[in-house]
Amino acid sequence: MQDQDLTLELQAQVQQAIESHTPLQIIGGNSKAFYGAPTSATTPLKLSGHQGIVEYEPSELVVTVRSGTPLNELNKVLAEQGQMLAFEPPVFSDTATIGGTIACGFSGPRRPYAGGARDFVLGCTILNGKAEHCRFGGQVMKNVAGFDVSRLMVGALGQLGVLLDLSLRVMPIPEAEITLYHSLASYGQALELVQRWQGQPWPLSALAYHDNHLRMRLSGSDDAIRSVAKKLGGEIDKDGDRFWHGLNVQQLDFFKGIENLWRISIAPATPMLDIPGRWLLDWGGAQRWLKSTATAEQIHKQTQAQGGYAICFRGAEKTDWLRLEPNLLALHKKIRLAFDPYQLLNSHRFSPEL
Amino acid sequence: MKSLKEMINPLSTSFISQCKTLVGADNVIFDPERLRVYECDALAALRALPLMVVLPETVEQVQSLLRLCHQHNVPIVARGAGTGLAGGALPVVNGIVLGLSKMHHILKIDSHNRTAQVQPGVRNLAISEAAKPYGLYYAPDPSSQIACTIGGNIAENSGGVHCLKYGLTVHNVLQIKLVTIEGELLTLGGNGLDASGYDLLAIAIGSEGLLGIVVEATVRLLPIQPCTQVLLAAFNSIEQAGNAVAAIIAGRLVPAGLELMDNAAIRVTDAFVHANYPLDAEAILLCELDGLSEQVEADVAKATAILQANGAVEIRTAKDEKERKLFWAGRKAAFPAVGRISADYYCMDGTIPRKHLAKVLTQINQYANDLGLKVVNVFHAGDGNLHPLILYDASQPGEYERAEQLGGQILELCVAVGGSITGEHGVGVEKLNQMCVQFSTAELQQFERLKTAFDSKNLLNPGKVIPSLHRCAEFGQMHIHNGQLPFPELERF
Repeated sequence: MQDQDLTLELQAQVQQAIESHTPLQIIGGNSKAFYGAPTSATTPLKLSGHQGIVEYEPSELVVTVRSGTPLNELNKVLAEQGQMLAFEPPVFSDTATIGGTIACGFSGPRRPYAGGARDFVLGCTILNGKAEHCRFGGQVMKNVAGFDVSRLMVGALGQLGVLLDLSLRVMPIPEAEITLYHSLASYGQALELVQRWQGQPWPLSALAYHDNHLRMRLSGSDDAIRSVAKKLGGEIDKDGDRFWHGLNVQQLDFFKGIENLWRISIAPATPMLDIPGRWLLDWGGAQRWLKSTATAEQIHKQTQAQGGYAICFRGAEKTDWLRLEPNLLALHKKIRLAFDPYQLLNSHRFSPEL
Repeated sequence: MKSLKEMINPLSTSFISQCKTLVGADNVIFDPERLRVYECDALAALRALPLMVVLPETVEQVQSLLRLCHQHNVPIVARGAGTGLAGGALPVVNGIVLGLSKMHHILKIDSHNRTAQVQPGVRNLAISEAAKPYGLYYAPDPSSQIACTIGGNIAENSGGVHCLKYGLTVHNVLQIKLVTIEGELLTLGGNGLDASGYDLLAIAIGSEGLLGIVVEATVRLLPIQPCTQVLLAAFNSIEQAGNAVAAIIAGRLVPAGLELMDNAAIRVTDAFVHANYPLDAEAILLCELDGLSEQVEADVAKATAILQANGAVEIRTAKDEKERKLFWAGRKAAFPAVGRISADYYCMDGTIPRKHLAKVLTQINQYANDLGLKVVNVFHAGDGNLHPLILYDASQPGEYERAEQLGGQILELCVAVGGSITGEHGVGVEKLNQMCVQFSTAELQQFERLKTAFDSKNLLNPGKVIPSLHRCAEFGQMHIHNGQLPFPELERF
């Protein structure tokens, strides 16, 4: 990993863009360009050279890292100290950066039990759309001074500021993990069992239903997970780690095929939606993957009727990628202007209107 | 010509009569005696009488009231139970207080999705009580949890002693309904684990009533852990106790709670609740571990070894539930215990990186000595959240001012070592000056633009959280004039 601080260069580039009215496309490792709507900007602002660990003290459970740092490299540094990013972000390619991960707000199978990307962001420094260098939050776990701007950056696709440094809470790697599976023929049965388990104090760290198998990962002390495994029954999946990794980086067979890949975020106990296609239940039912040729209208309508929302995660469905109520869209536009008054950063990454 | 009534109260008669029509005359308070109840929150040193208090009972009433205030340019301060410690619910001049105490119903406990849908005036503890029959509970437990409301918890992003493992309010709320100053009803967050677009839920939580009024919340419930154990460890120095905390964290343990008390706190609380604490210890740590019994057993063994290796002179493991409660009794009674020995006390709330604990506590005692004051320290050691209690006597001329000065110095020290001026109590009006220390001009202006995106007329809790640049300039000057600028390397304006 390089150790290189490009803050001043990046600041100069944003300043230049303001003066020349040139919209910018923020690029980290370019591993998640498939996600969202294409930006209308063509001038790149490259973050991949802005790399390195700024500060890391394992006993503080906090790491501060430059946004262009490859996610793989960060994971390695943490693992050497027996720690990890507990939101288990997917590494879609070797070039994937921590900045891009936070800008997209991606989290992996551990999310419902450990928390999501936004739950682990303690602070950030950004360049706002006025090229001002701003620091929000900090390196401490509890911090309620001012608005929680650093969490607002998570999933904002770079529209509210160029992420420079991120302070993230890290967690110890569990002493032991085990994956169990039960063979279940129907989604209905799976959802019922999933909700029953999630209501119990089991040390769950992942729960997914795919291909007639309900898989559950347990994390904790050796004794504890063995004892729970006995109580819950089922078979031990020796390839469990490979399954969770494949699910996280979308390399299971399920993700193959030309249909659009939809991500449905919904209350976990919601019964199966009546949309044709192939389903995979993750996050104990709160995140559902759908490979489908159904129309965007059909998918949004069904999902919204159950209080959830759908995003075309991969595929051709890019028009109106983000669906928001008119009053929320209006507020989004105002917030965007509050951070980026000249609308230079990753414009239209959400939709033609945002 | 203005009527006598208008001269006494600048609210227009039309505004007042419309409020009465909206919520009913019984839910509008004018009587000065009854208004007194609302003149301060738990930061009782600061008081201001509101012009009027309105107590809506429905979401629609809140919407209509805000629309009316927006139309008439009347400032609004929202209030839950008034237990806030930073003056966030302090009424403002020419403004009204919107009390949410009558919206106090638990709307639904959804045991399948493990959520509770509640109105803002529901008490924090009432949620866990309602969820208990399902084996579930709501994790954030601020010390005022028997009285404080979820609406206030959301406004302040409240914490508690179990944050280290279970997070703050922001980690435990899935969705809120927020009424904007224009009277629009927004749903932020989702019924799953996220929502589309920007994370507006994150920005609303902890916004101290500046962005909108929370009228409903859906919170996450967790399964009740079957086993809980507490260790009490005594140390001969604060430094050793601090090192033990770091070693526990580095040893891959995530205790549910990890609390530190200094000798002053040990003595004052033990005298009050007779917790049988080791009175000669310079510091004690309380380390709570929860989970399945096998997990707790393993963790207790590990924690005991780490505490021993780090110089604990005595380690006690609670024999039973009764003793576990006794261990906690002193910590939980810290505030009333201090109230017994001191006419007044001022509770501070800063966070620091844990590694600076010993240095910071030594420095706090030094500051206190210099000002002729005493400080009792309790500390959420696991997450670096300090609560120094400054003892003073308001009846002695100049003591309150000295206590306030000491408080300011402590917060600025927190910033200087890389921490924050508030861990869980919020900024309110109390820490406006210290906001000038923690944030630059550009950052404060960014906060202001964000506020304006929600509330362009600045009617929602005006004057709180974000200091004016003018105020910061004056604050900086005052410090320099006194020759007491504590950290000259920090940027000032």
